[in-house]
Amino acid sequence: MADSLRTGGTSLPIGSDADLAWVRQEVRQAAAELGFSLVQQTKLVTAASELARNTLVHGGGGELEITRLDRGSSLGLRLCFTDNGPGISDIELAMTDGYTTGGGLGLGLSGAKRLVPDFDLVTEPGAGTTITVTAWVYTVPSARLEAP
Amino acid sequence: MSAPFSGQASPVSVLALKDVLLVTLQGELHDGMAEQLQQDITERIANNKVTGVVIDISGVEIIDSFLGRVLAEIASITELLAARTVLCGMRPAVAITLVELGLSLPGLTTALDVDRAMELLARTAPAAPPGSEGRS
Amino acid sequence: MSEQDAAQEAAEWVGAFLTRRREQIAQRWADATLFRTVFTLSRDESVEACKTVIDALATVATSGRLDDITAPAFGTVRDQLGRMAASRAWTGSSSAQIADEVADLREPVTSVLREEVTDQSDAAAQDSLLALTVLMGTLRLVIMETTLMAGEELIERQRQQLMEVATPVISLWENIVAVPLIGTLDSARSQVVMESLLDAIVAQRARYAILDITGVPTVDSLVAQHLMKTVAAARLMGAECIVSGIRPAIAQTIVQLGIDLSSVITRATLADALAYALGQQGVEFSSGPATGAGTR
Repeated sequence: MADSLRTGGTSLPIGSDADLAWVRQEVRQAAAELGFSLVQQTKLVTAASELARNTLVHGGGGELEITRLDRGSSLGLRLCFTDNGPGISDIELAMTDGYTTGGGLGLGLSGAKRLVPDFDLVTEPGAGTTITVTAWVYTVPSARLEAP
Repeated sequence: MSAPFSGQASPVSVLALKDVLLVTLQGELHDGMAEQLQQDITERIANNKVTGVVIDISGVEIIDSFLGRVLAEIASITELLAARTVLCGMRPAVAITLVELGLSLPGLTTALDVDRAMELLARTAPAAPPGSEGRS
Repeated sequence: MSEQDAAQEAAEWVGAFLTRRREQIAQRWADATLFRTVFTLSRDESVEACKTVIDALATVATSGRLDDITAPAFGTVRDQLGRMAASRAWTGSSSAQIADEVADLREPVTSVLREEVTDQSDAAAQDSLLALTVLMGTLRLVIMETTLMAGEELIERQRQQLMEVATPVISLWENIVAVPLIGTLDSARSQVVMESLLDAIVAQRARYAILDITGVPTVDSLVAQHLMKTVAAARLMGAECIVSGIRPAIAQTIVQLGIDLSSVITRATLADALAYALGQQGVEFSSGPATGAGTR
């Protein structure tokens, strides 16, 4: 099977409240264009919002890279959140429901992980955090549904 | 970066209907706006004879843990101020996402739409203790 | 001339050959099992489909990427064969079967090539034959890939349809909807249940939603979790959920597993759940006061 093909990416800065709103809009639009269902879109945008806020609050800002993926029969979206903040020293603890250092509900990371099928966290104390989430949409192109 | 939504109408409108505050949220809500809303509602309840608050979120496409927390706090604060809050109009996709996120907002009274929310407040107010609807 | 140049030349020659003998090859392929069984009604259509594939092969050959299944020109082949394979998959052909039929396309085209070559022992002719063989092998891989994906797509679609069919939402009474769940409740299915129930709540303006699990064979902690999520989501939308049809054996399991369903309203039967929902709305029964509605 052909490897995942990157078909264009967008990079967004995460440095303020307004940027979070921008992230939500961009992710929503990308997901809608790729044909994600409304529920899938909502889950993905919500996860993006949680992760972008994590980048802003805990990472001191960073950026989001949105990549559209094309694997032949299925399309997908990869969101990569990067910051150069202090990193996470205890990943397991940070991923626990209710654990918070930022005054929130402590559902940011753990909740976001439940909303997306593929969640990858790379962090090192002092070296920042990179969180990559990937979701695939199952496309059934209309041309294939019709008899030739 | 400049605010990408300048030019759009404010996503929050607050309307006083007799003793009920009807708060309508729409579209993108910045974190700051949500916190400001909490402030505004609290002040208006304190300064007026408000017995109920209806928050209509039918125009809200996503609720993350931040907005969820703000909404839950608004409800707790209004109850402390002897008013009730009913959250209404949540879209199915938003409800599914919130539950998956782990945020089922157990303390909040909910209704299908504004009519039902008003009906609920009329039935239980005034002075009826919250919880008489049989919801926990 | 280096070996690489020779290979490139052979590839280009094959490209030119395919373009030159397009009509002839298409006529032969149209009668091959692969195309014949799809285009049962019109031979002309079959010939056209063959030409699409030949053109793509010619483009790939000319570009020299004989063994590259990701060559852009194969895009049109994928489209064409994807459509064909999808319709084949519906009729139950396996992808191995289809791959064999693609392999059968090699013979007709090589025989056309042999007709052109007068001296079989010529090195250039051998190179061309080899190039064509490689190209046809690549085509087979491309088609294998496409059919396998079409198969996955089909299975996924059927699964989706089955789930939707298996979870109807019934309007029981004014403001009351019910989902009789039958069969195993896995994650994918509970997603469908949740979505269709919530949509029904909006559409019917329901105040009460009954989840009847009489037909669910076992309730483990995962199933219980799915149920509680559905209940929570319905509540967020302003509807109250009632879980009914908890058979004695299931009640025992629930208790033994230590699953806490205390936040969920439960009733033994669908009738009890309906009576509860009606009672809550103040609907009076002729048999007695609404609050005493415990009749089975």
